[in-house]
Amino acid sequence: MTPIDYYIHLDNIHLKAAIYIVLAPLLGGLLAGIDRKLSARMQGRIGPPILQPFYDVLKLFQKEKIIVNKFQNFNVILFFVFMIFTGSLFFLGGDLLLVIFALTLAGVFFALAGFSVNSPYCHLGAERELIQMMSYDPMIILVAVGMYLVTGTFRVDAIALYDKPLILFLPGVFLGYLHVLTIKLRKSPFDLSMSAHAHQELVSGLKTEFSGTTLAMIEIGHWYENVLLLGIIYLFFSFNSAVGVAAMLLLYFLEIVIDNTNARFKWELTFKSTWVVTALFGAANIIILYFAIRP
Amino acid sequence: MFLRKSPWIIHYDATSCNGCDIEVVASLTPLYDLERFGIINMGNPKHADIFVVTGSVNPSSSAVVRNIYDQMPNPKVVVAVGICATSGGIFRECYNVLGGIDKVIPVDVYVPGCAARPESIIDGIVKALDILEQRSREFKKLRVESQRQEKKLRRYRLND
Repeated sequence: MTPIDYYIHLDNIHLKAAIYIVLAPLLGGLLAGIDRKLSARMQGRIGPPILQPFYDVLKLFQKEKIIVNKFQNFNVILFFVFMIFTGSLFFLGGDLLLVIFALTLAGVFFALAGFSVNSPYCHLGAERELIQMMSYDPMIILVAVGMYLVTGTFRVDAIALYDKPLILFLPGVFLGYLHVLTIKLRKSPFDLSMSAHAHQELVSGLKTEFSGTTLAMIEIGHWYENVLLLGIIYLFFSFNSAVGVAAMLLLYFLEIVIDNTNARFKWELTFKSTWVVTALFGAANIIILYFAIRP
Repeated sequence: MFLRKSPWIIHYDATSCNGCDIEVVASLTPLYDLERFGIINMGNPKHADIFVVTGSVNPSSSAVVRNIYDQMPNPKVVVAVGICATSGGIFRECYNVLGGIDKVIPVDVYVPGCAARPESIIDGIVKALDILEQRSREFKKLRVESQRQEKKLRRYRLND
């Protein structure tokens, strides 16, 4: 029995939530560190230590807080809380649709945080964040719909225990999910809203006005989010936990390669390409599946 | 203690010939790779810990330099890169030049050179890390003290 199977079969709901809340940021931070190291190696650099994201966040806790208005931190805290809530719902085996709605809510609070300050860079970043949400949300809902069509349930624990490989039923949905995963992980070519690499056009985009502890919370919130997104990849391969973990790591590596080999898209192209992919792979897959499994 | 491990920099060109600025950017390239010390070029004063200024300061750039410095959250350090930033260099006597950066904001590390070489810039930034660490300790002490004072004021209802 692998640790993942053990985790799924764990009966104590509080223990399950505690494991997620403690381990997810550690795992997310470690993945971010590996990401930075691999990116550096791909660019011919030595790169920072693997633990660098943790150093960054711990440093941010030591910095002075500069707050321009009181709504700013309120929204970021709500983003953080809802991100943990979303991840907990998912990893406790809750309803996949509810997970997606809570994820959207967290995203909305994040965009609101950008709109709550006066910086034009923040506003630009928040607008782009909303455009990104408009782009990826249909595809993420199609993931839930596709999984429901195959397994007959929206519950994550039931989907994770489904014995047939979901990827064979939902290859198009999976490809569409990979496309929006690049947006959700904030990788090039879709790092429109708050990339550190885009500082000549955006400064820091959405997080321009956030400093100190608040910025650290944004970072940790994204680590939770990244773990959740990798968890959704696992659902496609959940028939075998070893294959699932291998797929998660492989696809994360693929995202790093995509990040390092692509220039940033404009928002129009991001929006159009995502919806075309959603229709072409996601919706087509769902339609074929619907007619194939109709009695 | 984590400030030493992840200093984020912002660089600003007050009025140089841009030579030093190019060298600052060059020290971030794969050849010198400042990121191996955890140093990232942030381009955003609110995220930055180290302010790297090149070029001498003049009446129109002095306001910008001070503005960037004020927007940076404590603890912070300033590194003046290039001979113009340290003293004004050959432009020192010009009618429109105020002098080095230290005429406007307190400077912690001076990196001379025309243009300063990436090796010496990296050396200067690494020297600044020690000062940053020391500043961090002072800042922590100050913060504890101010919280204590605030509590005291609240106890005697003196805050309004």
